Amino acid sequence: MNAPVDVLQHRADAESTYGIIDCDIHPFPKQGALNRYLSERWRNHVAEYGQMTCGIYAGRGNYPRYQPYLSRRDSFPPDGGPPGSDVDFIRRQLLDPYNIAYGVLEPLLGGNNSRNLDEAAALSSAMNDWQVAEYTDPEPRLRGSILVPAEDPGAAVREIEKRAGDWRFCQIQLGTKTFEPLGRRKYWPIFEAALKHGLSIGMHTGGSQASAPSPGGWSQFYIEDHQLGTHSAATQATSLILEGVFDVFPDLKIVLIEGGFGWVPHLGWRMDAHWSKMRSEVPGLKHQPSAYLKTNFWYATQPVEEPEHPDDLRQTFEWIGWDRMVYSSDYPHWDFDDPHLAWRFQMTAAEKRQVLHDNALAVYSFK
Amino acid sequence: MSEPTAIDCDIHPGVPDIKTLLPYMSDFWRESFVDRGLDGFDMMSYPLGAPISCRPDWRVAGERPGARLAAMQTQALDRFGIGLAICNPLTGGQVAVSESMGAAICSAVNDWVVEHWLDKEPRLRASIVVPAQAPLLAVEEIERLAHDRRFVQVLMPAACELMLGRSYYWPIYEAAAKHGLPIGIHAGSMYRYAPTATGWPSHYLQDYITNSQLFEAQLLSLISNGIFVKLPELKFVFIESGVSWLPHFIWRAIKTWRGVRAEVPWVKQSPGDIIRANIRVTTQPFDAPDQATVTRIVEQIDCDEIFLFSSDYPHWQFEGDAITPPGLSDALLQRMRADNPLATYPRLKETVS
Repeated sequence: MNAPVDVLQHRADAESTYGIIDCDIHPFPKQGALNRYLSERWRNHVAEYGQMTCGIYAGRGNYPRYQPYLSRRDSFPPDGGPPGSDVDFIRRQLLDPYNIAYGVLEPLLGGNNSRNLDEAAALSSAMNDWQVAEYTDPEPRLRGSILVPAEDPGAAVREIEKRAGDWRFCQIQLGTKTFEPLGRRKYWPIFEAALKHGLSIGMHTGGSQASAPSPGGWSQFYIEDHQLGTHSAATQATSLILEGVFDVFPDLKIVLIEGGFGWVPHLGWRMDAHWSKMRSEVPGLKHQPSAYLKTNFWYATQPVEEPEHPDDLRQTFEWIGWDRMVYSSDYPHWDFDDPHLAWRFQMTAAEKRQVLHDNALAVYSFK
Repeated sequence: MSEPTAIDCDIHPGVPDIKTLLPYMSDFWRESFVDRGLDGFDMMSYPLGAPISCRPDWRVAGERPGARLAAMQTQALDRFGIGLAICNPLTGGQVAVSESMGAAICSAVNDWVVEHWLDKEPRLRASIVVPAQAPLLAVEEIERLAHDRRFVQVLMPAACELMLGRSYYWPIYEAAAKHGLPIGIHAGSMYRYAPTATGWPSHYLQDYITNSQLFEAQLLSLISNGIFVKLPELKFVFIESGVSWLPHFIWRAIKTWRGVRAEVPWVKQSPGDIIRANIRVTTQPFDAPDQATVTRIVEQIDCDEIFLFSSDYPHWQFEGDAITPPGLSDALLQRMRADNPLATYPRLKETVS
C-alpha cells in the first residue's frame, strides 16, 4: 500500500492555487478483472448465474442507452479496454489536464444490488479490493468508495468495518435505487456505522430496478428513464428526512451524485407546504423538512442544469446554497461536465473555488 | 374577493359511499355490491380524514369532505366569486382493479353528479370520470355522456396501469379530442406501482409529495410517445400537481431531448414548446413559500397561458381567502381566472359570453 499523499499541498499550478475535487469518476473493469478478487465459489457463481438483478435482461439494464459504455467517444483507452479501465489514461485525460487534486471513484457495476444477498456482499467486497489495487494504489489522487450490500445491512456494516480505517476509501457508496426507501429503519445500521467512522455517504443515481422508475410505471424510452433518474435522488432525500434519520443521526452527511439539483428548491418548498398541514403524521421531525436539505445534503453538480435563461442557474445555486454544491465530472460518461465550461453563467473566482474545491472538503476527509 | 367571473378549474364534490350510488347502477352491479356486502371504495390517495382531504374550517362533522352542495356554495362559489366551477369527482371506480366494477362505479358517479350537482347549481360543470383501466370502456363512457355540454373534460388519475403516453390510452385521447374535451390528469394513483421510484414509503405525506414527480414522469411519457404529434390540438390539464416543479422539469427535459432526441425522432419540437402549447396547470397548490419565489417561478415558466385558477375545494391548500398565489399581476390573474380556462375548455364558452 502506498502512503497517503497530501495532494492538496502538491497540486497547485500557475492558473489556480487549488486543485479541483471531482466527486464522480467511473472506473470500469477490463474483461474478467474482478475475478482475481472473488473466491472460487463466487467466480463460479457469477460465471453460471450472472448477477441476480431485478431487470429484464441477464446482462444489462432495462433501458438501452445511447452510447457504448455510456461513455464519451474519445474516452476509450488507446491500449484497449473499456472507458475508465486504464488508470494511466484517466490520469492523462482527466486528472492532469484539469488539475484534479482528488477524484472520488464511483463504480457502477450493479453487483451490490443483487437479489442474492451473499452475491451482493461478495461482489461489493471484490469491487472494493479492485478499486484500491488497480486505481488508488497506482494513482493516490483517486479515492475509492466503500461499496456495500445495502439490502443486507448486517453484511454492509461488516464491509464498512473492514474498510473504514483505510485511507484509500473516502466514503460509503449507495445507489439511489434501493429495494425500499432508504429512510426505513432497516437501513439505519449503515448510517450508524458511517457516523461511527466519520464517513459520508455518496448516493449515486441508479441501482436496483426493484421499483418502477415512476409511480406511474415503466417508461417506454431511455430519454424518459434518463430524466427520471433524478427522481430517485429526490425521493431518497424525502424519505431520509421524513423518516427522521437526521433527527437520530444529525451529523450524517449525504452527497447526492448525478441526480441533478434543479429540483432541490422545489422539493423543499413542496415538502414544507404539505408538512405544514400533515405534520401530525411525522411528529418526530425537529425542523421543517427543507431545513435538512441545507444541513445534511450536498449536491454534485453534474449533469449541470441548463435553464433557458442563464440567470436562473445562479438563482438555483442561491436557492440551494453555494455551500451545498460540489463539482463532479462524471468522467468518462457521455454527459461529462468540464469544470470550466459547464456553467452557463459567470461565477466569481470565490464561488468557483467553493464549488470546485472547498465544499467537498467539508464532506470528505481525504487522508 | 374576486369578480364573479372567476372559473374554478378544480373543485371536488364529495363522492358518496357505494350505497348511495346503487340507484345509478345496473341490476347486476346493485345485486353484486349488496349481496357481497361491499363498500369502502374511497381512494388511498385521499383518505377521508386526512388533513389534505378537507380544510379544517370546511369540514362538516359526520360528513364526507365536500359532500354538501350548500356548503360548497357558501364556502367556495360565493366566497371566492366563482362564476363557473369544474367538478372533479375522486372515486374508487377510477382505481378499481376490476375493469367492469370500475366502469360501473364511474358511470354511477357521473350520473349522480348530474342529478345532485349539475342540475341543482347552474355554476357547476363536471369532468367525465372514466375507467382508465379499460380504455375501450372509458371511450364508451365518453360517448355516453358527451352530448351533455356541461361535461367539459375527461378525468384520469395521475398513475394508471401504464404510463399515460402509451398508445394503450390513445383511444381515450382520440374520443376526447373528437368531442372538444381536454384530458384532466388529477393527483392520485391506482397504486399499481410503488408510490416512489425507490419503493413504498412509510408516510402518506411522502406519497402526496411525490405526486409532483408522478406528473413529471407522465409529462415525459406524453411527450416521448408522441401524442402531441398525433393530436396537436389536445390539451392536458395537470390538476393539483403543484406548480413549482415546472421550471426545473422544463430545463432538464430540453437538455435531455437535445442529447438523445434521436431515440424519439417524431418529437421535433422542444419539450419546452410542447409544454407551453399543450399543458395547462391548476394553481392550487402552487408550492412556493413567498411572493418573491412565486414571481420568479412564473417568470421561469414564461407562459401566462399555462395557469388555470383553482380552489381545490375542499382540499386544504391555502388559508382564509389566499386562493391565488401571492404577487401575481392583475393581468395574469385575469388570464388565469377567465381567459385561460375559456381557451382550454371550449365548452365553457357556450355559456359565457
